[in-house]
Amino acid sequence: METLNILNRLDYTLMIVAVGAALLGTVSGALGTYAVLRRQSLLGDAISHAALPGIAIAFLLTGSKAPLILVLGAAIAGWLGTLLIMSVVRLTRIKYDSALGIVLSTFFGFGLVLHTLIQRTGNANQAGLDTFLFGQAATILARDVWTIGILGGVAIIVTFVFWKELKLLVFDEGFAASLGFSTRALDILLTSLLVIAIVLGLQAVGAVLMSAMLVAPAVAARQWTNRLSVMMLLAGGFGALAGVSGTIVSSSAARIPTGPTIVLCATVVVGFSIVFAANHGLLWDRMRQQRNRRNLKVEMDGLFKQPQQGND
Amino acid sequence: MLQAQLEIQLIAIVTAVACALPGVYLVLRRMTLMSDAISHAILPGIVLAFFLTESLSSPLLILAAAGTGVLTVVFVELLQRTKLVKADAAIGLTFPALFSIGVILISRFAGNVHLDMDAVLLGELAYAPLNRLTVFGYNLGPVSLYVMGGILMLSLGFILLFYKELKLATFDASLAATLGFAPVLIHYGLMTLVSVTIVGAFDAVGSILVVALIAGPPATAYLMTDRLSRMLILSAVIGSVNAVSGYWLAHLFDVSIAGAIATMTLLVFGLIFLCAPNRGLIAIARRHARQRWEFAQTMLVIHLLNHEGLPEAEEESAIANLHEHLSWDPTFAHQVVRYALNNRCVLQEETQLVLTEQGRSMARQALVQ
Repeated sequence: METLNILNRLDYTLMIVAVGAALLGTVSGALGTYAVLRRQSLLGDAISHAALPGIAIAFLLTGSKAPLILVLGAAIAGWLGTLLIMSVVRLTRIKYDSALGIVLSTFFGFGLVLHTLIQRTGNANQAGLDTFLFGQAATILARDVWTIGILGGVAIIVTFVFWKELKLLVFDEGFAASLGFSTRALDILLTSLLVIAIVLGLQAVGAVLMSAMLVAPAVAARQWTNRLSVMMLLAGGFGALAGVSGTIVSSSAARIPTGPTIVLCATVVVGFSIVFAANHGLLWDRMRQQRNRRNLKVEMDGLFKQPQQGND
Repeated sequence: MLQAQLEIQLIAIVTAVACALPGVYLVLRRMTLMSDAISHAILPGIVLAFFLTESLSSPLLILAAAGTGVLTVVFVELLQRTKLVKADAAIGLTFPALFSIGVILISRFAGNVHLDMDAVLLGELAYAPLNRLTVFGYNLGPVSLYVMGGILMLSLGFILLFYKELKLATFDASLAATLGFAPVLIHYGLMTLVSVTIVGAFDAVGSILVVALIAGPPATAYLMTDRLSRMLILSAVIGSVNAVSGYWLAHLFDVSIAGAIATMTLLVFGLIFLCAPNRGLIAIARRHARQRWEFAQTMLVIHLLNHEGLPEAEEESAIANLHEHLSWDPTFAHQVVRYALNNRCVLQEETQLVLTEQGRSMARQALVQ
């Protein structure tokens, strides 16, 4: 009876974590679609690292460890970091990649300084840096699942509301500007949505791996379709798949951290898609090449044989 | 100053310069984020080599980790070559996967080894002098100074030896290929150098902050100069300044040295971003303001020249009516007239504006152009 109880409780925790990971995968997959299509795959990496000083400052200012306050701090810092990247690229000749690298590493460094400052004040209950970097999926509670679901849902609904504007921004920014849409405002909107997705994921998979949750499902989805709507849907599905399977695999044996396992599952989905996807995939490509070669051979044979037949 | 303090600063400077030099080429080749990818992806290499050697500074570990770094570059390029994945996404897929493998390895075997995750990711410069190099009982100084010094020499040698090849492959890869240099070979040479540098530096500053050392000083220098040779030297100087000032910042507040160096990198970059001659925000704003006045003055002299000597000239060049003819705001028109008077392009004769010889030639020149 006792063991059964524990088993039940374990299953309940596992279910909560799995649902949380699935929701997170859906949200980050769907929003990551835009980042991947705009060739800003690594923006997620930058935002998630840039969030650290925000968490530290939120803690220093309020002295509270309430998730909502820390998440708000993380979001503000991540958002400021992105604005800095955007203005450096717009105003100087420094390219996107260098601006990203500088913001990512120096914001993180500043966060580290603040972190050691907090540590020195001897506050035992400080937010752990390990948790920030690698996440702790096991600590996801029902309350967190609700937060991820509601905030992530709102973010996805916003993309539906601005569907045609964002689509235009992604595929033809110059045309969007010429039609009178403010591309900078749209850019900031899209970035803010990304910030939301990332901040939601920090707790579960951590800063270092959050970028993979944005990139991998979207890249996998890209292999199967050329339509934005289908790609977003597929990316959300792949994200959920990676979240659930990663949670199950990591729970099957001791000492396998959940975050990295989810990332590896997402990577497997990408690998599968790149090789096997219809129309795009490597295997399909190889088959098409061979079919073409065979057809060409038949045609060439026909060409060379015909005159001989005529002579007969 | 204590000897340990001096040694820490020396290690910081050598590390900063060793990172800044190859960083210049990464920034120019738009491959800065490759350093981010490499610095994360070497984790499984470090872990596996650590299982074998049980030491963080053994040469085997550096080799294995650098090998993993080059492997990352190969993976990224293979992915790109399928044409199914763009360059940025290829990086964003590769390094989290390798990093995940590293994290899983560490937590699976955490009981058997004493590999401190924080040490790998964040580094700790303060402990660097503790690990001494001793030969036949003589204490020759901290090991990491020798490791980073060696890597710096390697870097300097590579850049001096292949200076023109690197320059050509960086600014015009197709010309380099046409002339018979092998850009691919140069690319992999550079990437191997970057991998070795990152592996050497992670011990001191950790894998995330090494990106600040690689990207920060070269990007800052990029705002100050147009010449490659000057950019290399400036990057090294800025890197050293960041390192030393970061050390003292950390000393003052008793915080992480690597973090303080990264913070200084951000501050110095921000300062140059604002104040750089020609390319800084302030210089840009001032140039825009000056161009606005100069353009308005040109419009004014052209307007005066158009009507000079004609019957309507009295009406057209009356100061009070100018803002209507040029459709300007009255106060703006007033300011432009004062600007032009100061520059001796026009003279005021009672209520009229009259062109000077200088103003006339300025208007003619503008019209010809």
